[in-house]
Amino acid sequence: MYTMVLSISHRISGVFQSAGLLLLAAWLVAAAAGEPAYEHASGWFALPWVKLVLVGWLAAFWYHFFAGLRHLAWDAGKGLDKASARRSGAWVVVLAVLATVGCLLAALPLLGVGS
Amino acid sequence: MAEFSLPPESRFKEVPGRKHAAPEGASRVKTFRIYRWDPDGTEKPRVDNYEIDLDRCGPMVLDALIKIKNEVDSSLTFRRSCREGICGSCAMNIDGVNTLACTKPIEDVRKDVNIFPLPHMPVIKDLVPDLTHFYAQYASIKPWLQARTPAPPDRERAQSPEDQEKIDGPSACILCACCSTSCPSYWWNGDRYLGPAALLAAYRWLVDTRDEATGERLDELEDPFRLYRCHTIMNCTEACPKDLNPAKAIAEIKKMMLERHL
Repeated sequence: MYTMVLSISHRISGVFQSAGLLLLAAWLVAAAAGEPAYEHASGWFALPWVKLVLVGWLAAFWYHFFAGLRHLAWDAGKGLDKASARRSGAWVVVLAVLATVGCLLAALPLLGVGS
Repeated sequence: MAEFSLPPESRFKEVPGRKHAAPEGASRVKTFRIYRWDPDGTEKPRVDNYEIDLDRCGPMVLDALIKIKNEVDSSLTFRRSCREGICGSCAMNIDGVNTLACTKPIEDVRKDVNIFPLPHMPVIKDLVPDLTHFYAQYASIKPWLQARTPAPPDRERAQSPEDQEKIDGPSACILCACCSTSCPSYWWNGDRYLGPAALLAAYRWLVDTRDEATGERLDELEDPFRLYRCHTIMNCTEACPKDLNPAKAIAEIKKMMLERHL
């Protein structure tokens, strides 16, 4: 019954993704508010655990994105038999992991890892 | 409102259940852990252990239940009738999955066989759930032919083989309630959400070419709860012991709703 686990993960990742978006919005607002505010915010985003939260947000984003596409196909009446639903579920997980790792590799310099 | 935990009087402890050991000389012992609750007693629910010699028992879980009732503990209460997967009486939660005891081979369960009543239903006794509301929901979708056109005087209302095929699947439903009681949406909103079984039945009449009440049927389902509490969790389709696809049927009803508004 792992389709059920994927389903509840879709909800949880949705919540997490929205919350993370607020974090990023706060960063942008800080940037718009002027240099001191931006410096302050950047200090926060330099913290290792905040970076970790951002990585989690990234994973949640990609999982929610691909699971969302799966839901769109379902709403069109496609892929609803047992075998297809299991297969598409596995694909969602694989693609989400690949996309997350890909983004991380691309963003390593931005995150300041290793500097 | 959704309830996430059982009320105190329904919580059970695994430990103090009664144990019934296998007879001397048993060659292939399997333990059945079965949920017990007696409405007339004052005890909380418990899980009893029954050791059964598989060499002296039929192959299906229902065979073991009947053997226990006949030979070990006559107070064990469960529903059963046809013993061949067509009546839907012996639906219960076996090894964590809702299915029919009569078509579930004991061998499919690797360790102890855990047997509980269908989840999130009021329990009448032991493995017997109260399905009153479930049946009322089925009745609410008016599961009969509605047509204003009178039937031809000399023959039945004819249907092409292709049209018949549309209802072949959904009309094979035996109303065992495995699907509805496996659905988290039904657990939490079962009072107002119709659940996969009733919606599959609704679909069966929506696609029946002889039925002329499609509009009224869709009107009845156009409701945030009755239909749209389905979030495509897919437990219904995974659970169905008849290999039907309620999730697909519900998706098709949602599509009909959409088409109506375009």
